[in-house]
Amino acid sequence: MVDVGEVITRAHHEEWARVVAALTRRFGDLDIAEEAAAEAFAAAVERWPADGVPPNPGAWLTITANRKAIDRIRRENKRDHKQKEAQLLYDDDPPEPLGAIDDERLRLIFTCCHPALAMETRVALTLRMVGGLTVPEIARAFLVQESTMGQRITRAKAKIKAAGIPYRVPSAEDLPARVSGVLAVLYLIFNEGYLATAPETDPVRGDLTAEAIRLTRLIRALMPEDGEVAGLLALMLLTEARRTARVSASGELVTLDEQDRGAWDAALVAEGHGLVRKRLATGEAPGRYQILAAINAVHTSARDVRDTDWSQVVALYDRLVRLDPSPIIALNRAVAIAELDGPDVALAAVDRLEDKLADYHAYHATRADLLRRLGRSQESRAAYDKAIELAGNTAETAYLTRRRDQLG
Amino acid sequence: MQYLFSVIHDQPDLATSDEMAAINAFNDRLKAQGHWVFAGGLGAPSAATVIDNRGGEAVFTDGPFVESKEYLAGFWIIEAPDLDVALGLAAAGSKSCNRKVEVRPFL
Repeated sequence: MVDVGEVITRAHHEEWARVVAALTRRFGDLDIAEEAAAEAFAAAVERWPADGVPPNPGAWLTITANRKAIDRIRRENKRDHKQKEAQLLYDDDPPEPLGAIDDERLRLIFTCCHPALAMETRVALTLRMVGGLTVPEIARAFLVQESTMGQRITRAKAKIKAAGIPYRVPSAEDLPARVSGVLAVLYLIFNEGYLATAPETDPVRGDLTAEAIRLTRLIRALMPEDGEVAGLLALMLLTEARRTARVSASGELVTLDEQDRGAWDAALVAEGHGLVRKRLATGEAPGRYQILAAINAVHTSARDVRDTDWSQVVALYDRLVRLDPSPIIALNRAVAIAELDGPDVALAAVDRLEDKLADYHAYHATRADLLRRLGRSQESRAAYDKAIELAGNTAETAYLTRRRDQLG
Repeated sequence: MQYLFSVIHDQPDLATSDEMAAINAFNDRLKAQGHWVFAGGLGAPSAATVIDNRGGEAVFTDGPFVESKEYLAGFWIIEAPDLDVALGLAAAGSKSCNRKVEVRPFL
């Protein structure tokens, strides 16, 4: 017995972006595509349980969405060229071959992640148009009012139209920068799921990390040769593998050195390691996501934290610092330095970052830990206080508070 | 589509001769590639006069319509098939005049 609900959920995951992309291409309008796709899925929810699941759900959804779009254009009785075009194009032909439509999803992703849109807009638009999340779902994920999120998406669609943001894969010259823009959007979605920034949500949200991984898998399928896409997917998988070990039963953050490594997801670790190995085998110079993935591969290769190859981790951070001189990378490098050269050397490196990171909770949390290990309890306590004050994540606050209270 | 590139500046200085040379080279490129519609540099905001003739009698006000640190120092109007092309040109334009550029589509 087929569970129709399950089939519809799967079809939604697999076909939503395809349907929106195909309709956007055909009608040149994201708004029409989005609404028609939503109506087609609503029709499936209504009809499939009674009529049975069609043999090709994707084709059914595309054809239904096409009809809905044309109905809307006719209903609005627009006398512009769009209607004439729609009438010309209206047919029930099966959808184009897979390759061409896959390309259209790529167009959709690049349009949603266009650099002329604000970062929060790119995130919202990508989750709606490519991920198929509803506006209320996205609003909940980012703790804004539904009406605010609705307006953000509406304004974005209006800007795309008015400003002439093209619906196409960028030129070869622009491609690396634009791919990196897409990856930044996906990494932001993942990180918000992995360490939610606000105290009002669960500390770790598997729905957002899963969505980010799903979208990154999609981009990897569309751009299998891109090293940074593979690197970001590996980084996400190796991070996601540790998700369940990361928060204790009492809701406290568990740091890497204290995690139950047996609780890590071995399948995700293996997949992540496989991707990292494949990238290494190409011999191409790795970008930042590939290096971050490699660092995570070193960590997840150690069965016990004492087996961690810290010199390898530091060497990778040295490469990363050359690509990305951000103080946050330097802070993470210092954490590895503490294991290799001792907490005093690390503390000196961390203290040099004060100007840039004084408002960043992890800067104070790192200092607190190093000071604790150096037996400087008073200063450590002050640093924990500052870190607790700045941290938004509930699990992290709980962890920092316990650590502070354990100081002698 | 046509786009307005507004040149935004916050100092009273005019373009240097090096900047003028780069602007001229950029203008030549716009013309050679078929993007050129019109362009011009503007006098200082203090040279502006605002006219309001909505009430039957034209009222003249000395100065710009809005006082702000940043002002419109000049503009290009260009023709481009889409925003990606326009942004690429605007990046080159900003480099040539050594000032910020706002890109806005015409209706």
